[in-house]
Amino acid sequence: MTILHLLIPITLLMGAIGLGAFFWSLRSSQYDDLAGDAERILHDDGDTPLPPKKETAR
Amino acid sequence: MMNRLTTGERQAAMVLSGMVALAGFAMAIVGRGDPMGVHGWITLIFAGVLFFLVGNVLYGPEPTEDRSASYYDDPTKVGILLALFWAVVGMGMGVWVAAQLAWPELRFDAAWSSFGRIRPVHTSGVIFGFGGNALIATSFHIMQRTSRARLAGNISPWFVLLGFNLFCIIAASGYLMGVTQSKEYAEPEWYADIWLVIVWVVYFVLYIRTLARRNEPHIYVANWYYLAFILVVAVLHIVNNLAVPASFGAAKSYSAFSGVQDAMTQWWYGHNAVAFFLTAGFLGMLYYFLPKRAERPIYSYRLSILSFWGIVFFYIWAGSHHLHYTAIPQWVQTLGMTFSVMLLVPSWASAGNALMTLNGAWHKVRDDATLRFMMVAAVFYGLSTFEGSFMAIRPVNSLSHYTDWTVGHVHAGAMGWVALITFGSIYAVVPVLWRKETMYSWKLVEWHFWLALAGTVIYVFAMWNSGITQGLMWRTYTESGSLAYSFTDTLVAMHPYYIARMIGGALFFAGAVIGAFNVVMTIRSAGHQAPQLDYPTGSEANEPAVPAAE
Repeated sequence: MTILHLLIPITLLMGAIGLGAFFWSLRSSQYDDLAGDAERILHDDGDTPLPPKKETAR
Repeated sequence: MMNRLTTGERQAAMVLSGMVALAGFAMAIVGRGDPMGVHGWITLIFAGVLFFLVGNVLYGPEPTEDRSASYYDDPTKVGILLALFWAVVGMGMGVWVAAQLAWPELRFDAAWSSFGRIRPVHTSGVIFGFGGNALIATSFHIMQRTSRARLAGNISPWFVLLGFNLFCIIAASGYLMGVTQSKEYAEPEWYADIWLVIVWVVYFVLYIRTLARRNEPHIYVANWYYLAFILVVAVLHIVNNLAVPASFGAAKSYSAFSGVQDAMTQWWYGHNAVAFFLTAGFLGMLYYFLPKRAERPIYSYRLSILSFWGIVFFYIWAGSHHLHYTAIPQWVQTLGMTFSVMLLVPSWASAGNALMTLNGAWHKVRDDATLRFMMVAAVFYGLSTFEGSFMAIRPVNSLSHYTDWTVGHVHAGAMGWVALITFGSIYAVVPVLWRKETMYSWKLVEWHFWLALAGTVIYVFAMWNSGITQGLMWRTYTESGSLAYSFTDTLVAMHPYYIARMIGGALFFAGAVIGAFNVVMTIRSAGHQAPQLDYPTGSEANEPAVPAAE
């Protein structure tokens, strides 16, 4: 079963990428306002995008 | 549609389609006398038609409005229509395949219409053609709405959508010519696989670039599911399709792995294709359109995030449950089995979360067939994930595997979960995209719902009965220790269920045809409704209120 020498590292690598994404999401304050995040998709505001970011210096 | 592109973008589109057409011509030359040559001509025609479609209006009027003030919905619209087209093709093929099993003479003695060739047209047609186009289209819609930003690019969405459909056409036409690598859900040959990698990388980059533009600090959970779908499918597709072409002028390659190694790679891919193509992406659909349609936030947003990470970390280990009692080591089977059972937790968390969101809004479910599509999809998701975990347990698998029970299980998932959530999402998104108040006919949506539900239930019950009958007959011994039933005996026992299965599939197919008709009539209907606040955000006075967080 030499294939496992390939598949297990690839699977672990995919897991590591997932873990990295998870830590990134923790650090970039993705989970600070969960109630608001769930709520905001329900607001349509005319179904148009907001003006590009540079105008609202954040 | 073309007037949303600048002349420069139209030129870029012509260059791109011209390059693809040239590649097709080269394939036609080097692959002459081989199915690869036919595929070259198909590619040439496909890209050539696009080349002239764009070239025809190359110097037409340019967009005058500020494009960044509106979402880019044209690719989404085309994607939805393509999904419905493939639904009719793929499900129609499915009914024919099912009928052939009950009445083999329906093959009509042609080579191209044999079971082994049209079955993959059915599976790829519904999974990639219908499911894939629906995923691409809804992902374009959802990534823009939840990010409050326009798609990052005007050409790349078209490249992704049309490139993916070229892949689907090459796949389906190849099967009819007998081209296959004999890997389930990965049948297309090497050149189609390479093309899909290119398309998929562009898709991933487009998604990331759009998210980077977001005007919303938070990345909504649906986007995480779509991203997992795109990223993991890319890795799986590349690894499972590692192969050496027998010649660069022919549609034939040999896998980089052999024997049981190849089987392990295939089912590592196969099960994760179910996980990340047929589950993760569609959960993204569920987590956006269900709250949207019910006009209530998801019951527990925290749980939706938790189940996302659960699915991502558990699913990739479950593939070996497809290979119980084979030459793979016992511990690898046990590993797959254990993770499959653990998967029940994040799966039921999602299904329960969806149903709890509707708790308190059941009157909406009663009145609105679109929402009911989504509700029943969540129920079938819960049912088939429970069944899947159960069937992955080794002793259960010894009865269920290689029987029609597996076929029933996959269709409970594919029809009951994947197709129902997709149709629900399509009915929710079509009026938004085409600026209509409602669908053309709500009665037709009701008809579609009940046909689809009846079809799924008939199909699944027929296959449960057939599969368990088959499994028990195969393991019945006489007193002298020999098998009690011949293979032909089991075939005779399955015949009535095969007829029932075809009837269930035909009902489901009829629903899909009604759905496609309803969507087309909605688009063609009058009653154009401009949303009240559909103005560009250019001038100060018109600017919508910026959320307090900004």
